[in-house]
Amino acid sequence: MIPVEHILLLSALLFTVGVLGVVLRRNVIVIFMSIELMLNAVNLSFVTFSRSLDSMSGVVFIFFIIVVAAAEAVVGLAIILSIYRTRNSLDIEEFNLLKW
Amino acid sequence: MSQIWLVPAFPLLGFILNGTLGKRFGTNFVSIVGPIVIGLAFAQSLVLFFQMLNVEGNVLSEHLYTWIKSGNFEVGINLQVDQLSGLYLLVISGIGFLIHVYSIGYMKGEEGYYRFFAYLNLFVFFMLILVLGDSFLLMFVGWEGVGLCSYLLIGYYFEKNSAANAAKKAFLFNRVGDFGVLSAVLMIFLIFGSIEFNTVNNEAASKLEHGGIIVTIITLLLFLGATGKSAQIPLFVWLPDAMEGPTPVSALIHAATMVTAGLYMVARLSHLFVLAPLTMNIITIIGALTALLAASIAITQTDIKRVLAYSTVSQLGYMFLAMGVGAFTTGVFHVMTHAFFKALLFLGSGSVILAIHHEQDMRKMGALKNKLPITYLTMLLGTMAISGIPFFSGFFSKDEILWYAYSSPFGSAWFWGIGFLTAGLTAFYMFRMIYLTFHGESRLDKHVFKNVSESTVSITFPLVVLAILSVFGGFFGVPHIFHLLPNSLEILFKGFFAEIPKGHGTVTTEWILMIFSVLLAFLAWYIAYRLYQSGFEIAYSLRKKWEWAYKISLNKWYVDELYNFLLIKPVHLLTNHFLWRFFDLNVLDRIVNSSGTAVRTSGNTIRPLQNGLTQNYAIIFTFGTFLILLYLI
Repeated sequence: MIPVEHILLLSALLFTVGVLGVVLRRNVIVIFMSIELMLNAVNLSFVTFSRSLDSMSGVVFIFFIIVVAAAEAVVGLAIILSIYRTRNSLDIEEFNLLKW
Repeated sequence: MSQIWLVPAFPLLGFILNGTLGKRFGTNFVSIVGPIVIGLAFAQSLVLFFQMLNVEGNVLSEHLYTWIKSGNFEVGINLQVDQLSGLYLLVISGIGFLIHVYSIGYMKGEEGYYRFFAYLNLFVFFMLILVLGDSFLLMFVGWEGVGLCSYLLIGYYFEKNSAANAAKKAFLFNRVGDFGVLSAVLMIFLIFGSIEFNTVNNEAASKLEHGGIIVTIITLLLFLGATGKSAQIPLFVWLPDAMEGPTPVSALIHAATMVTAGLYMVARLSHLFVLAPLTMNIITIIGALTALLAASIAITQTDIKRVLAYSTVSQLGYMFLAMGVGAFTTGVFHVMTHAFFKALLFLGSGSVILAIHHEQDMRKMGALKNKLPITYLTMLLGTMAISGIPFFSGFFSKDEILWYAYSSPFGSAWFWGIGFLTAGLTAFYMFRMIYLTFHGESRLDKHVFKNVSESTVSITFPLVVLAILSVFGGFFGVPHIFHLLPNSLEILFKGFFAEIPKGHGTVTTEWILMIFSVLLAFLAWYIAYRLYQSGFEIAYSLRKKWEWAYKISLNKWYVDELYNFLLIKPVHLLTNHFLWRFFDLNVLDRIVNSSGTAVRTSGNTIRPLQNGLTQNYAIIFTFGTFLILLYLI
C-alpha cells in the first residue's frame, strides 16, 4: 500500500505544474491542457481520500468533475476555434481587448 | 332635474373647440363659438336662478362625482345654486357674454385671436366652478383656475416684457393669498371634519367659541386669501399692473368678476366671519384704507386704464368695508352694480383706445365726444353711476354702504368719514377722466384725430346694454327709506347671511348723510369741471403748490418701491451673494466636483490592474486563493 502522503504530494505536484502552465505558457491550447491537468490533480486527491477514509462521496465528486471537464472542453475548444478564425493566432497575449 | 352642470360645461366646450380647432377654422368660427357658449351658459343660469327662487329652501344641488372618499371624509364634485351663487352666476355669465361680444370687435386682426377666446372661455368656466362649488376644495379649483387664466390673459402680449412681468407679478401676489386660504381650509377640516360650506356655516356657532382665537386665525387667513384675489392692502399692487392685458380682459377679470371672488368667499362664510369680531374690524379697516389709498392714487394717474384700475381697487375696498361692518347683502349689491358700471367704463375706455390707435395717455386725448358719441354717452352714464349721482345704480349701493359703515354695531363715524371722503375723490377722478378724454381741445396728432370714428356694433352694443344696467341696476336694491320699491335683494337674501345686531341711527340721520354725500359728489364734479374742462392753469398751480402730495399720489404712495426695498432687494441680495456666490458655488459645487474627482483619481490609480492579459488575472486569482487558504488554515 502506497502511503496517502505520497499520492497527495503527487497530486499537489501535478496541480502546481498545471498552475504554472496556465500562468507561464502563451499557447492557448497548452493553457487549456494545463487546466485539465489541474482538474485531474484534484481528482487524484479526491480518490485518495475516498480510499483512505473508505467513503464513496469523494468518488461522486469525481464523476461531477469529469462531466464538467468534458463540457468545458467542448465549450473551450469551440471558443478557441472561433478566436483563431478571426485573429489567426493562438497567442494569449494578443487576446487583450477586454480592458479599460 | 335642474342640470346645473350645463352652466360650466358650455364654456368648457367653447374652450376645447376654440383651443383645438380655432386656429384651423379661423376667425369666423371663433367669433361664433366664443360668445355663443357664454350666451348659452347665461340662458341656463337664468333658468336655474328662477328655479332656485321657487324651490323650498332656495337651494339646488347636484352630485356629479365622488372625488375623494376616505373613512367619514368625503369630497364630491357637487354643484350648488343658492341665492349668492345664483346672483354671481347671472353677473358672471351675463357680463361675460357682453364682453365676449365686445371682444369680437376689439380683438379683430390680433395675432392669436383664437387663443384669446379660448382663454376667455376657460376663465368663465373656472369662475363658474368657483361660485358653483359646494366645498372649499371645488372653490379652490376655480380659485386657482381663474388665477391661471388671469396670468395667461395679462401676459397675452407675452412678447412685451412689461406684460410678461405684470403677469408674473399677479400670479405671485395671488400665491401669497392662496397660502392663507389653504392653511385656513386645513384648519377648518381639522375642526369640522368636513370642508363643505353648508356644514361649516351651520356648525360654526356650535363648534367655535365666539371671538375665540381659532376662529379669528381661520378668518384672518381666509381674509389674506381675499386680499390677494380682490386686491386689497397689502396685496393690491398687482391689479394696476394687470392692465397690460387687452382691455376686455381688464373689464371681465380685473373689474367685474375675478376680483370679486374674495368678496364671494367672505359672503359665503358670513356665519364663520361674524364669530370673529376682531377679523371683522380688520376687514373694515383694510377695506376703508384701501378705498382711500387707491382713490388718492387714481386722481393723478394719466393712463386711462390705470385710473380705472385704481378705481376698481378703491371700489373693492368699499365692498370689504360693507362686509366688515356686517352688511353682507349691501356688499354683494355693490359687487353687482360695480360689475355693471366698471365693465362699462373699461369697455368704453377700450373703445377710446381702439379709436385712437392704442394710445392710453389721457394727456394726449381730449375733444373726443363728438367723434365717439355712443362711447361718450355711455361712459358718462357709467361715471355718474360710480360717482353716486342720485338714482343711478352706484348711488343706491354706495349710499347703503356708507349708511351701514356709520350705523352698524361694527361701524363708526370714522369709517363713514373715510368712505365719504373716498366717494368725493371717486367722483373727482372719474369726471377728471371724462373731461380729459372727451372735452376741451384735442391734444391728439391732427392726422390721427381726423380719422377717429365710432367703433363697430359689436363694441357699441355691449356698451349700450351695460349703460342701461348701470343706470337702472340700482333698483334691485333700493334702500328702505325711499319707499319706492321693495328691496328685492334683501328679500332674496332673507335668512341667508349671518344676522348681526341691529344698528343705531335714525331715518333722519340717514337722510342727512345721504344729502351730504350727494352734495359732495356734485361738488367733486364741479371741481373736476373747473380744473379740466378748458385749460389746465388751475390744475397746474395746484400741482405746484402741493408738489409733494402730487408726487406721492403719482408714484402710488411708493408702495411698489417699498416692496422692492423690503422684499425684493433683500431676497435678491441673499440669493445673489449668499445662495449663489457662496453656497452654490463654494459648497454645493465643491461637494459635487470633489466626489467626481475622488472617483476619477481612484479609478486612474487602480485601472492598470485590468490590462486584458488573462494570465495576469490567473496569477492574481491564484494568489488570492492562497491568501484565503492561509487565512482559513
